[in-house]
Amino acid sequence: MTVSKAETLPIRSGGDVVRVRQRVRALAVEIGLGLVDQTKIVTAASELARNTLDYGGGGDVRAEIVQNGARKGLRLTFEDTGPGIADIEQAMTDHYTSGGGLGLGLGGAKRLSNEFHIASTPGMGTRVTIARWK
Amino acid sequence: MTMDGAGVLERTLAEDEVTILDAWIASLRDGTSLRSGRIREAELRTQAKTVLGLLREALAGGGLDADAEGFASIRETLADISRSRAIQGFTPTDTANFVFSLKERVFEALVKTHGTDAQGLAAGTWAASKVLDRLGLQTMEVFLASREEVIGRQGQEIAELSTPVVRLWDGILALPLIGTLDSARTGVVMENLLQAIVDEEAEIAIIDITGVPTVDTLVAQHLLKTVAAARLMGADCIVSGIRPQIAQTMVHLGVELNVVSKATLADAFAVALRRTGRKVVRQQAPAEERR
Repeated sequence: MTVSKAETLPIRSGGDVVRVRQRVRALAVEIGLGLVDQTKIVTAASELARNTLDYGGGGDVRAEIVQNGARKGLRLTFEDTGPGIADIEQAMTDHYTSGGGLGLGLGGAKRLSNEFHIASTPGMGTRVTIARWK
Repeated sequence: MTMDGAGVLERTLAEDEVTILDAWIASLRDGTSLRSGRIREAELRTQAKTVLGLLREALAGGGLDADAEGFASIRETLADISRSRAIQGFTPTDTANFVFSLKERVFEALVKTHGTDAQGLAAGTWAASKVLDRLGLQTMEVFLASREEVIGRQGQEIAELSTPVVRLWDGILALPLIGTLDSARTGVVMENLLQAIVDEEAEIAIIDITGVPTVDTLVAQHLLKTVAAARLMGADCIVSGIRPQIAQTMVHLGVELNVVSKATLADAFAVALRRTGRKVVRQQAPAEERR
């Protein structure tokens, strides 16, 4: 698997979440994702970016265009250095929220992506990687 | 003979004021300030003359600290100039160059008057750099602050403009949402809608999300809260403008909007009319039905 383009965007404010969405949409268009897939990855990015901001206290997202043979895909890695998640299984459960949200963000992002990986160390931070393939 | 930098600079400015002013205006003219046509040469000349005069006065007052009391009037004048440039649409470079281009001319004058006095020249150059750099930076700060003010005001105006509540018929309201729904905007939206429900004695409110590019869980939550609040006020809500890709995404997200929803505003309006006991019919014979 090769990375043909990579960029890192900061997530420090609500405005950054909007910028992440716009950038992800542009990249999704660039690799030729259909309208539905574009909307899915953009929505997943929006969920994860907001988690990074609200629960992780801000962080970065690394957006990469990856190529696996003939397939192109968009991979996003959200990273923060916040409090981390103690119980990932619980966090992934629908309708569970430690904030005031609907509790659908993490599970929803997983369902909206082809690949989903989450790693978290309490006190160290959280890293979520998603990918959507064409 | 040794002099302090401020003294050297002040004397040079006093002796060579006219030469410096002419050279400065010439370099401003060569810059983009005038060519862009945003400012007239006469205006530029007045500004330059005022600034140079004030600078000399400030230096005569003593000290090289551009943040000190003695520099208050030149700081104010530069701030005014900078603010007006921000509004006139000058580039940051143009605005900064107004002050920085003076530096070169002052250095030239210093070389002319103190060419043989190395110590005086060094002191004068240092003094000129220190004062003009500080003033230039201050000009930029004011410029950016003015731009931010303009942007902030536009943001507020957009927030107000972009959340209108439209009366479609007696008792039927529409709320077309456009752009990003953040918490602040949802607050404005909800307030506007609830007030309109009271004012219009509305039974049905149609929330149209055609113009919302991304519907994530936060947007969904805001929508649900707005719908719940409207319900408490006795009005039913219909959500319209749900495009196919949004519908699919919402299903994957697991969001359930427990409200009547329609693909288009027209469909939602038809439902609303039906619920309020009305019907839209095509005129069969226009001549007969004329009232």
